[in-house]
Amino acid sequence: MSNVFNIARVEWRRIFLSPLAWAVLAIVQFIVGFVFINLLLQYANDAAQGSDLGVSDVVAGSLYGFSTILLLLIMPLMTMRLFAEERKTGAITLLFSAPVSLTEIVLGKFLGVLGFIVVVMVLMALMPLSLAWSTNMDWGRVAAGLLGLFLLMTSFGAVGLFVSSCTREPTIAAVGSFGLLLVIWLANILAYNDSVPFHQVFSYLSLIDHFESLRRGVFATADVAYYLLFSALFLWLTVLRLDVERN
Amino acid sequence: MGNQEMGASPDEVLIEARGLIRRYGPTVAVNNLDLTLRKGEIVGLLGPNGAGKSTTMKMLTGNLAPSAGEVKIKGVSLREQPKLAKSHIGYLPEQPPVYPELTVDEYLRFCASLHRMAGKDIAAALASAKRDCGLGDVGSRLVGNLSKGYQQRVGIAQAIIHRPPVVILDEPTVGLDPIQIREIRSLIAELGKTHTVILSSHILPEIQAVCDRVMIIARGLVVYNEPVANTHNQSSVVCGFRRPPEAVQLAGIDGVDGASVLGDGRFLVSTRKNADPREAIAAAAAERNWGLIELHAQQRTLEEIFVELTSGDLRAAA
Repeated sequence: MSNVFNIARVEWRRIFLSPLAWAVLAIVQFIVGFVFINLLLQYANDAAQGSDLGVSDVVAGSLYGFSTILLLLIMPLMTMRLFAEERKTGAITLLFSAPVSLTEIVLGKFLGVLGFIVVVMVLMALMPLSLAWSTNMDWGRVAAGLLGLFLLMTSFGAVGLFVSSCTREPTIAAVGSFGLLLVIWLANILAYNDSVPFHQVFSYLSLIDHFESLRRGVFATADVAYYLLFSALFLWLTVLRLDVERN
Repeated sequence: MGNQEMGASPDEVLIEARGLIRRYGPTVAVNNLDLTLRKGEIVGLLGPNGAGKSTTMKMLTGNLAPSAGEVKIKGVSLREQPKLAKSHIGYLPEQPPVYPELTVDEYLRFCASLHRMAGKDIAAALASAKRDCGLGDVGSRLVGNLSKGYQQRVGIAQAIIHRPPVVILDEPTVGLDPIQIREIRSLIAELGKTHTVILSSHILPEIQAVCDRVMIIARGLVVYNEPVANTHNQSSVVCGFRRPPEAVQLAGIDGVDGASVLGDGRFLVSTRKNADPREAIAAAAAERNWGLIELHAQQRTLEEIFVELTSGDLRAAA
């Protein structure tokens, strides 16, 4: 277990030593902040006309709903280097020849990415927090939205890690994981097509449908379990992929 | 098994590879390679490009699974207990496996922690690895900003920081300047006193200067495996036959120490001390109808041995 944390610590540090992480965080904060202010102005305007939407609906609902698209764009960039770049530079040999199992390597790298995700979560949480002194927030609702974002990003991270383990070109890893995520995301299109057999299944498999209820503040174990199983599946695939590489 | 009894002896076998085969699709990169290394030996792995040196080293370090055969490090099977076996190895691959965005100290500390060194031991290990590799004054610099030679040293430091009994270095002096090459050579010689070292190189004088034993690999086969001392003024006999016998039959002849196959019915026969088995070989060939077509003695340098063994091989491949 100590190896997992050692690898995670160094991975996290390497992510934040690269300018990429800071650039991504800055751009995410700028765009999300822009949307946040826009939503607030709109809300203030609507409130004057007697809308029954609460401010938490606006923040947790609309803002976090919009953020998912942004995160879909940035997560492949953050995960592309994990294995692809190390394979390209040969640095991966360090981990492969050390007395560390493949599972420990994969979990370590994944935990490092989770560290980055936690930083993004802090940024996301700061915006509703900034309203706390001026209005009453529905914190349960905000927390459910944040949890949804966290689980969604965890799944993005696991997919990115897997695709990164399949190639030696970071850019291909980024494009590949973006494509794969988008396909799983859009699986719910099929759910609305009645001519497809078992079309409800696709709605269940889609990445984004499980986020919807969390976004609306409904905490269902099934949704959480979906994201955890989804991440675990791709981590397992990554271990398998690395094992194939040695053979 | 047998290894436990040998644990205390100075002849302890640290690396034992049996029947290693590695295929890449239809290509056979390493074909039935056997290798035994004892404690305190420095073995040089020579071979032309693409002979299978790096593949062999990758298999010995667990980076590549052999298609067949087994590797044991200190008697521990690399396949059955990879973590335990790998903890006895330090490996420098062709490209030093460094993280350019970390400082030298950070990077080496990480390497030490990967080998489960305790926190209080790491500082001492770091200091001694840096001293050994001449990295004393670059500890706080970023690895990525160092020159190729210094990155190579960082790579070597990484391989020895946990003081493994076996150190495997793939072309350790590539990209170094002549002074650094000398320093690395003396470092390797120093390592050889307490560790078992395998290094690969293209540079023959380097092998001759540093190693106790030379292994030449060509087309995935070990074609030569002798102590370096034997290559100095060693006399041996090359013979060729129309109907080649088994190498064992040749080895049975008076005055013959051993015979290795060169291909095309040719053999390299090493002789016993002060013996000249040429006459006996000719007689045996006539008697058993081997069709002797070539027979000559030679005094050879390592370079000649290398060229002969590997270029003959290329001819056969062509």
